[in-house]
Amino acid sequence: MVDQQVQILRPETLIDEFKKNGVTHIITIPDSETNYLYELMEQQDWLDVVPVSREGESMAVALGLNVAGKVPVVLIQNTGMMESGDSIRGQVLDAGFPLLMVVGYRGWTRKGHTPDSAATYTEPFLNAFRLDYYLVEHDDDGPRITEAFEATRKSKRPVVVLVGDEYHGFNR
Amino acid sequence: MIEAKKVYEAFQEHRGDAIVSVQGTSGKHWADITTNVNRDISLGGSMGQSTASIFGLALGLPEQKVVHFDTEGALLMNLGVLASIAGKKPNNFVHFLLDNGCYATTGGQPVPNSEDIDYAMVAKGAGYSAAYNFDDLEELSTSLEEIMNQKGPVFVAIKVQAEVENLPIGMREKRASRSRAQTITDLRSELGIS
Repeated sequence: MVDQQVQILRPETLIDEFKKNGVTHIITIPDSETNYLYELMEQQDWLDVVPVSREGESMAVALGLNVAGKVPVVLIQNTGMMESGDSIRGQVLDAGFPLLMVVGYRGWTRKGHTPDSAATYTEPFLNAFRLDYYLVEHDDDGPRITEAFEATRKSKRPVVVLVGDEYHGFNR
Repeated sequence: MIEAKKVYEAFQEHRGDAIVSVQGTSGKHWADITTNVNRDISLGGSMGQSTASIFGLALGLPEQKVVHFDTEGALLMNLGVLASIAGKKPNNFVHFLLDNGCYATTGGQPVPNSEDIDYAMVAKGAGYSAAYNFDDLEELSTSLEEIMNQKGPVFVAIKVQAEVENLPIGMREKRASRSRAQTITDLRSELGIS
């Protein structure tokens, strides 16, 4: 009998990466898949969670925090990212500030065709805005988050981390 | 109805060291009135999102008074920001709304339900600490000290006269203004933020 090791992405991995990179604020709209991550973020005394009402607000709030010398991260789902096109353009790309956006990759699968159009259009959307992105699916991918932070700082542009694990560690 | 310029003149007397953001057609007057440009900030650039940007600034600078002059056309594009702001309770944030009832910069078309909406009631219902309505300059002027000393977030809706611009954009008067990037650089320098 062969033991199967299920690889998951634990919320603690993201928290560790945020802390390592000096993150001060998470601007977010929670979704059903990231509830445990939300609870864990709320427990960190070094991290301020800023809930917003619509994803397009998140990049604007992040700009204000950046001007104030803070290190914000946007945490949203791919559906909300697509709604936020004008904010990504005007509040991040045009402003030229290094913003990491962690985006839940709803509908992502390595098992063939996805029936979810949210996934179908995610990467074409990112390519249209010429945004670099890193796919993170399990704990071994954690260092890729730091790579993404370094890419934002170097380029002074937004960089996206696509979280391709919807249903495992994030909603215990 | 109040002239927008008079609103800014009245506010200037109570500004103190506040960081100030203006926008919209009426915002052009502020450049002639401000006496501390290094604390004037412009974070617009997306449809209706400058309010969220200034909210972020207020969160990041809790020791500074942060004042935003919004417009109703911009706020309606993102009305949910009122709940976002109220939820974080930034007590250093004063949110003015200059309501001229129309999109002045595109020719004066009315905003939705321009005659009947009560923005102060919406803000108060969203959870702001206090909300005011003004359509008289003297009443506004005598209340500004209290408003500026109040624990935020405070919302102040003011009915102002529309200054409709109907000329094609290329034919409109060009006013010298600092770029967004310049206002950010100047404010950071003023506050010692690297």
